Amino acid sequence: MSFKTFTTAMDEPTPTLQTGKVVPSSGVSSPSPTPDKSARLNAPTVIDINNVDFYYSASKALHGIHFPIKEKLVTAFIGPSGCGKSTLLRCLNRMNDLIDGARIGAGSIKISGVDIYDPSVDVIELRKRVGMVFQKSNPFPKTVYENVVYGLRLQGVRDKARLDETVERSLRGAALWEEVRDRLHTSALGLSGGQQQRLCIARAIAVEPEIILMDEPCSALDPIATVKVEELIHRLKQDYTIVIVTHNMQQAGRCSDVTAFFYMGRLIEIDATGKIFTNPSQKQTEDYISGRFG
Amino acid sequence: MAATLSTATGTAPNSRPMDLTRKRRWRSVFSRGMDVVVGLVTLAALVPLVSVLYMVVSRGAGNFRWSMLWQLPPAAGMDGGGFGNALVGTLILVSIGTAVSVPGGVLTAIFLTEYSLGSKSARTIRFCAKILSGLPSILAGVFIFGVLVATTRTFSVLAGGLALGILMLPIIILATEEALLRVPRFLREASLALGANPTQTVLNVTLPAAGSTIITGVMLAVARAAGETAPIIFTALFTSYWIRSLHEPTASMAVLIYNFSNVPYDNMVNMAWTASFVLIVVVLVTNIVSHFVANRSK
Repeated sequence: MSFKTFTTAMDEPTPTLQTGKVVPSSGVSSPSPTPDKSARLNAPTVIDINNVDFYYSASKALHGIHFPIKEKLVTAFIGPSGCGKSTLLRCLNRMNDLIDGARIGAGSIKISGVDIYDPSVDVIELRKRVGMVFQKSNPFPKTVYENVVYGLRLQGVRDKARLDETVERSLRGAALWEEVRDRLHTSALGLSGGQQQRLCIARAIAVEPEIILMDEPCSALDPIATVKVEELIHRLKQDYTIVIVTHNMQQAGRCSDVTAFFYMGRLIEIDATGKIFTNPSQKQTEDYISGRFG
Repeated sequence: MAATLSTATGTAPNSRPMDLTRKRRWRSVFSRGMDVVVGLVTLAALVPLVSVLYMVVSRGAGNFRWSMLWQLPPAAGMDGGGFGNALVGTLILVSIGTAVSVPGGVLTAIFLTEYSLGSKSARTIRFCAKILSGLPSILAGVFIFGVLVATTRTFSVLAGGLALGILMLPIIILATEEALLRVPRFLREASLALGANPTQTVLNVTLPAAGSTIITGVMLAVARAAGETAPIIFTALFTSYWIRSLHEPTASMAVLIYNFSNVPYDNMVNMAWTASFVLIVVVLVTNIVSHFVANRSK
């Protein structure tokens, strides 16, 4: 049902972010909507989530989740705590494998047509292509430089020139280069919270993934650092497909193209972000977005 | 609303004036009493520590001569001499013990925390390590005596080192496990999310993050091993000569102290005190150096 809502909504002309009732323009440099937005919503599907049931041991955390994630768009997962949005996110690069008793009970998740839970899939390769940024910035207790090249070193890259080039490109990509270029070889733990989080993004893009998963990347940041990360997200979607979990609905409104609303382990509604925030088709979505619950 | 808040600086009409004077209540008397008890208990715990240290320093440091570090033990009733061979012996015994127990102990702890956390085998191994850490040290000596000394028909440095290794192993396993468990999960996740396999994650992230805590555990084990007497008597025995190979008996500080402390010759008794003093200093210096190295590498 939700899948159908989504696809039909995609064909309709979608309201732009600026006309949104709920979306605040509170002085934050909200990304200007691209003119060909409705065309881009028809972008090819990268992640195909197909009737997924997910269990933590005996308790069912996700019920029949079914929707596609489109290429080079920002897809936001919103919903109250415990609704399963982070669980679903962590299914996409199989981070849930690390949790005892966590398993997909039914359905499949395909990335570029490959079922990522197929036994033949190398989870290491998967995680190289699907990068992740965590809620709490988690730089390694190493230098800024070593943090960025960590992924490359794992792959056995020793070429100094290539490592240097990657560091600069990734840090520029994460809008951090100007701030840390003089302290590349000092500990990353000396950076501010916002810088650390952008360093984690730089570290993720250094291995050139195709998809970046972000699990509440700004929840521990102050408003200014949040704006920087959001601007960064807006820039990154030129090159990457981004999936972001957020508790902050303004943030979903500001930086996503598509928003999926989850409640109690079910997908309630998914649609163009403008539509979700102005004219949601489900009552529950409207209640949540207007702050009546959650 | 805002107006009410901004003018609410005076006392609210209905509130009683606040009484903040100190009163003699039962709970404050009790609290003061507990402060005294805690202080006394701390003092009582310090008495043995300080008095032992005081005895060793006051009776050992005075007779210290640098030449003791490279001279052989004196014969009964003779003056002079030193404990050079015992110092070397202890250093070699502890080195062998460390070389045997650290790789095994650290790898076991890695297996327990990183590869099989909560599994049945992990629980069994942890249980064994805990039991082993309470093992009377003489049993480690008797065990190696049976396995190595009786079969090779000679007391040896190697056997002594192995006995110390057995004693150090559980301390290192438990300390390393504790250190690894304290490494936050998000660091491991960050590494895995970048495409690291579990082994790469352990080597590059978990072990370095736990490094200095692991070294503390290792130093604890080293300090204990350096002072062990019973297992050495059963394995490395004692000799008055310099060590020449790993397959011979050797002198060690602990056994020298034990031997010299119950003889009727003042020179030897005093030397036992000095040897105790030197042993404490050696352990202390090793401790400081290893922490310095661990913190510098960060």
